[in-house]
Amino acid sequence: MKFAEMIWLVPVLPLIGFLINGLGRKYISKSVAGFIGCASVFASFLLVVGMFFQYQSAEHHEAYVQTLFDWIKVGNLSIPVAFQVDALSLIMMLIVTGVGFLIHVYSVGYMHDDGGFQRFMAYLNLFIFFMLLLVSGANFPMLFIGWEGVGLCSYLLIGFWFQNQNFNAAAKKAFIVNRIGDLGFLLGMLLLFNHFGTLNFLELEKFAPFLKGDKTIMYITLLLFIGAIGKSAQIPLFVWLPDAMAGPTPVSALIHAATMVTAGVYLVVRSNFLFTASPETMMVIGTTGLLTALFAATIGIFQNDIKKILAYSTVSQLGYLFMALGIGAFTGSMFHLTTHAFFKALLFLGAGSVIHGMGGEQDIRKMGGLKKFMPVTYWVMLIATLAISGIFPFSGFFSKDEILAYAYQENKIFWVLAVLGSLMTSFYMFRMFFLTFHGTFRGTHDQEHHLHESPKVMTIPLMVLAFLSLAGGILNIPHVFGGHESLHHFLSPVYAKAAELPELHLPHSTELFLMFGVMSLIGVMIFLAYRYYVVKKNIPVEEGTELPVLQKVIYNKYYIDEIYDSSVVKTLISTSTFFFKSIENFLIDNFSVITGKVAIGAGKQLRKIQTGKIGTYVFVFVVSVVVILLVNFYS
Amino acid sequence: MESIKHIIQHVPIEYYIVISAIMFSIGVAGVLLKRNAIILLMCIELMLNAANLLFVAVSAYTQDPSGQVFVFFVLVVAAAEVAVGLAIIVMLYRNFDSVNINMLDKLKW
Repeated sequence: MKFAEMIWLVPVLPLIGFLINGLGRKYISKSVAGFIGCASVFASFLLVVGMFFQYQSAEHHEAYVQTLFDWIKVGNLSIPVAFQVDALSLIMMLIVTGVGFLIHVYSVGYMHDDGGFQRFMAYLNLFIFFMLLLVSGANFPMLFIGWEGVGLCSYLLIGFWFQNQNFNAAAKKAFIVNRIGDLGFLLGMLLLFNHFGTLNFLELEKFAPFLKGDKTIMYITLLLFIGAIGKSAQIPLFVWLPDAMAGPTPVSALIHAATMVTAGVYLVVRSNFLFTASPETMMVIGTTGLLTALFAATIGIFQNDIKKILAYSTVSQLGYLFMALGIGAFTGSMFHLTTHAFFKALLFLGAGSVIHGMGGEQDIRKMGGLKKFMPVTYWVMLIATLAISGIFPFSGFFSKDEILAYAYQENKIFWVLAVLGSLMTSFYMFRMFFLTFHGTFRGTHDQEHHLHESPKVMTIPLMVLAFLSLAGGILNIPHVFGGHESLHHFLSPVYAKAAELPELHLPHSTELFLMFGVMSLIGVMIFLAYRYYVVKKNIPVEEGTELPVLQKVIYNKYYIDEIYDSSVVKTLISTSTFFFKSIENFLIDNFSVITGKVAIGAGKQLRKIQTGKIGTYVFVFVVSVVVILLVNFYS
Repeated sequence: MESIKHIIQHVPIEYYIVISAIMFSIGVAGVLLKRNAIILLMCIELMLNAANLLFVAVSAYTQDPSGQVFVFFVLVVAAAEVAVGLAIIVMLYRNFDSVNINMLDKLKW
């Protein structure tokens, strides 16, 4: 049996789960809905695992494309519904179904008391379906359907508690901001078709050798990158992601940390042969990523909402991924994407566990000392925080240092700034960690009374993810530690057509020095955080306290939302109002009103012809006949 | 015995045409000028018969019987029309005590 031939089942299974849970949400019990939701994703996961091992053991690592049927066939445009199994789609599918399954299980516990549980499970399954379409589609339109579909699910799940107007606003914001990026993606896709006449990945790859120096490629890749900016929350379109934390915490973990937001990275890696052909775009990607990483990290330092901190940390990490792509470290980026999926999902789920125990409280100023109440959550969160900070031998250490090593080799300025960013990351992550779990409890008595460890259905996924965060580095152990860079070899067929990717050729001593140099700096940051928040017991000031100017600006997220509001939103509203008043109300409305008035007035006069007297009608009739006869005679 | 055809042909065709035209014009004038519904109906009959006369005459002159066939159709239709028309007039008289067609001017505006 060849598992790759069952690729179509992989997205279809969650779709079936969605249909059952969605249509039957009024009729099936919570436990059945939970079982269907988890089982459908787990079945997909097993299929993908089967595919993965068969792909590994095959002699030739060729991409397998399964064409189901033609979707659009007009002229020379042919868009089949086709799935592609290769190293890249396999690794993405593994992350999506694997981490997705764990988060489904966790949701069963987390959302159990929610009235909309069945609806929630249905949305999660729908999300998995679209995400799998996105990563396994064999052409750009398939990718685009998944792309739009996950956006829809993101909207539905951010606004899951739709009675709250603020949450609805956050959902709409996410959707609208993503539209801007999607337009870029769509234009890029159209330009791509116009230029090459096909949108299938494998057919496009054949053009790879002729792309160098083609200016159109630059426009195509820049437009595609705009799409990635929207979906992966990079400057300037990152504003939706922190607000997206309005959704239930498992959603934040699944969609806004582990999977959907990495779609932009997937897009770039998938079309690597296009992007590498345009050094200008690569430069833009690298710079955008680096700026985003730094920018979001500074905001993260002053946030007090546990989920907001994680949100900015996600934006920052996504910035890292793009910076890595920009300097050509595609494997590094994919590696960090994978480990990030593990530890960021863990961080969010751990935060969810904390919020669950605190009865909905998200402010870290009201937490503290949770270590003794929630030991499991404490330990898994410690692992995740160490992983994201990049401490040996946690997974983040290997992935982050691979990116940093490439940055050091390719561009020293990038390296310095990236190290700065990772220092800030470790500081604010440990700030959050210490404020939450150490010190004394600062919440109300009521909350303290209710504090409890989360149920097993939540803690077991946490432990699995903790194991993955701890051991994820095994995927790609560098030569320095006697590893074989297995992920790099696994993924190398994907970049076979890319133009000149840099190879890492630093001396081992330099590499080791960089790694442990950076790690000791990170250790210093952790120590600083420890001293400041645990030893000196500093607590961030209450809301409304006067802050120093710089801190105030950063605390308010550089007033980015306000700037967008006054520059874009207000302008748009006033332009719309102008057009509404002048075009709609004045021109169009008046035109239709006047047309109607003319018709009514004409009717008022013309109706007088109808006298109702037979004599008149006969007279008109006779005269007309005579006239017609005369005209016929004399013409 | 001479056939009808030949008798008709004793009179020149122009005479038939002129007499039909005169009959038809009298009918039209009657419809236009008279207000009595019964006279109106009679005037319509007059117009129909003017047409019939011309049909028969031309049919005889051109040796084509289809003109005469047509006359029968016209007669049938005229009979039906008179039956309906007279019924309407009877109802008109019962309701308005008059057969003046100017009573029937409610269907307007």
